[in-house]
Amino acid sequence: MTDLRPDLEIIARHVREGSRVLDVGCGDGALMAALRDLKRVDARGLELNADNVAAAVARGLSVVQGDADTDLGYYPDRSFDYAILSQTLQTTRRPDRVIEALLRIGSRAFVSFPNFAHWRGRMALLFGGRMPVTRLLPERWYDTLNIHHLTIDDFRALVKERGWQIEAQWFLKGGRETGGANANLLAEHAVFLLKA
Amino acid sequence: MAHAATNMDQRFGTGRRVLLQGPLRLDSGAALSPVEIAYETYGTLAPDGRNAILICHALTGDQYVASTHPLTGKPGWWTRLVGEGLPIDPQRHFIVCANVLGSCMGSSGPASIDPATAEPFGMRFPVITIADMVRAQALLLDHLGIERLFAVIGGSMGGMQALTWPTIFPDRVEAAIVIASTARHSAQNIAFHEVGRQAIMADPKWRGGAYYDDGDVPAAGLAVARMAAHITYLSEAGLTEKFGRRLQARDAKTFGFDADFQVESYLRHQGLSFVERFDANSYLYITRAMDYYDIAEDHGGALAAAFAATRARFCLISFDTDWLYPTAESRIIVHALNAAGREASFVELSSPFGHDSFLLDAPEMNRVIDGFLRAGRR
Repeated sequence: MTDLRPDLEIIARHVREGSRVLDVGCGDGALMAALRDLKRVDARGLELNADNVAAAVARGLSVVQGDADTDLGYYPDRSFDYAILSQTLQTTRRPDRVIEALLRIGSRAFVSFPNFAHWRGRMALLFGGRMPVTRLLPERWYDTLNIHHLTIDDFRALVKERGWQIEAQWFLKGGRETGGANANLLAEHAVFLLKA
Repeated sequence: MAHAATNMDQRFGTGRRVLLQGPLRLDSGAALSPVEIAYETYGTLAPDGRNAILICHALTGDQYVASTHPLTGKPGWWTRLVGEGLPIDPQRHFIVCANVLGSCMGSSGPASIDPATAEPFGMRFPVITIADMVRAQALLLDHLGIERLFAVIGGSMGGMQALTWPTIFPDRVEAAIVIASTARHSAQNIAFHEVGRQAIMADPKWRGGAYYDDGDVPAAGLAVARMAAHITYLSEAGLTEKFGRRLQARDAKTFGFDADFQVESYLRHQGLSFVERFDANSYLYITRAMDYYDIAEDHGGALAAAFAATRARFCLISFDTDWLYPTAESRIIVHALNAAGREASFVELSSPFGHDSFLLDAPEMNRVIDGFLRAGRR
């Protein structure tokens, strides 16, 4: 339906028409613009990078420059139908607190992240003995923004521990949706829809 | 047709002045009647009246936003943003810029004649606030037949007015752009202003503000006030880049108190040229209005409460080298807008020029403003 990144495409497909959305780490606003144009969504964004914010505002989007780790506290409870965190979880200082904030601000939260337990990464570590540098995780250990690498099973364990609910989940391999079987080994990306 | 009709209307155009009966009730409890407002308009008011943009000027600014200043002969102060093909465009927008209440470029201020005494007000002019300036602008819009603003925009003190507009007139403004500004004057802001005021009042020529009769104005005091303030509009890096420790038209230090350094010479020039276009009493009144500014205080101490009734979209822009109204001040506003659930955008832009960045070449600022304004057309 769009030329969105595959995980954003999944999120866009499942956001309810006309809902209120907070996109945390919204980048240049590609998802927000698609939601606004295709689903009449009232979308707001939070983004750390000034160039991205400028690009998003110049698209006519409401985006605030700020940090997911420190600025989510300023949003009132239940002020959005969905809070979205796409490919940002692994860059936050306290991912657990960020998800907690998402579920406080939004009735539901979409969270997408790269799966560090994908078999290519495992092979690189097992046989190469080095931190994996792959197509999906192209940065090296010292210059990556990903400071909290996680796996799909790690994420599920956190969700269980905190008593959150998984309403839906999707997995991606090579930019296409794939089945959930052995996702922790075979999927490159995961998208979860959570509820508090 | 609409174009011709507007052009024939004496209310529209450049170099306009209007005497409004008011009365304008002020925050101090006093009232002003009549109220004179000097203003400029550019462009044509759309038949549905939905293309009006009010531009609010800063402390020492004026209504000549995109036309030549009558005293200095310099081009308008925001011609980088306002003009054909620019984000605020007279081809598309009906643009209004008025000299603020208390100023000295034609609007009512301390140099105006007090109808009670037939003499200039001087210090008998009532103390005004930013909200009073906004209410005076609303009187002007009534006169111009503008019910609702497509946008209000301003930098610095102009940003304070733009931020205040939706809080006082929630139904009259669709969008507010607040640049390099704040929701309240900090202790440091007040302190710098007090230095300026004391410089003026310490000038023996100030005479309690009653200097209009012989025209022997407190130029030295006002020049010093301007010099001190001007430093706060720049950044250390900007000053270093522009002047460093370079000497002014000489090869060696003079071991005296002449303007040895370029930066001294520059500041002296800034001070001297300022007194030719600005009134010292106006400087006292307007800085006072800024010092009294605290939107939260007017709403029970909670900034979010100030925005509870607003409906406008907000866009805030700060600059990373602005230490007069630093980014943290804009963030406070943004957090309050988020808490109030308002539609808000905010970005900190990078520029070496300090507070004055918004008046200089800032292509990113233009891009953000253009996108923000165009979003209102959806």
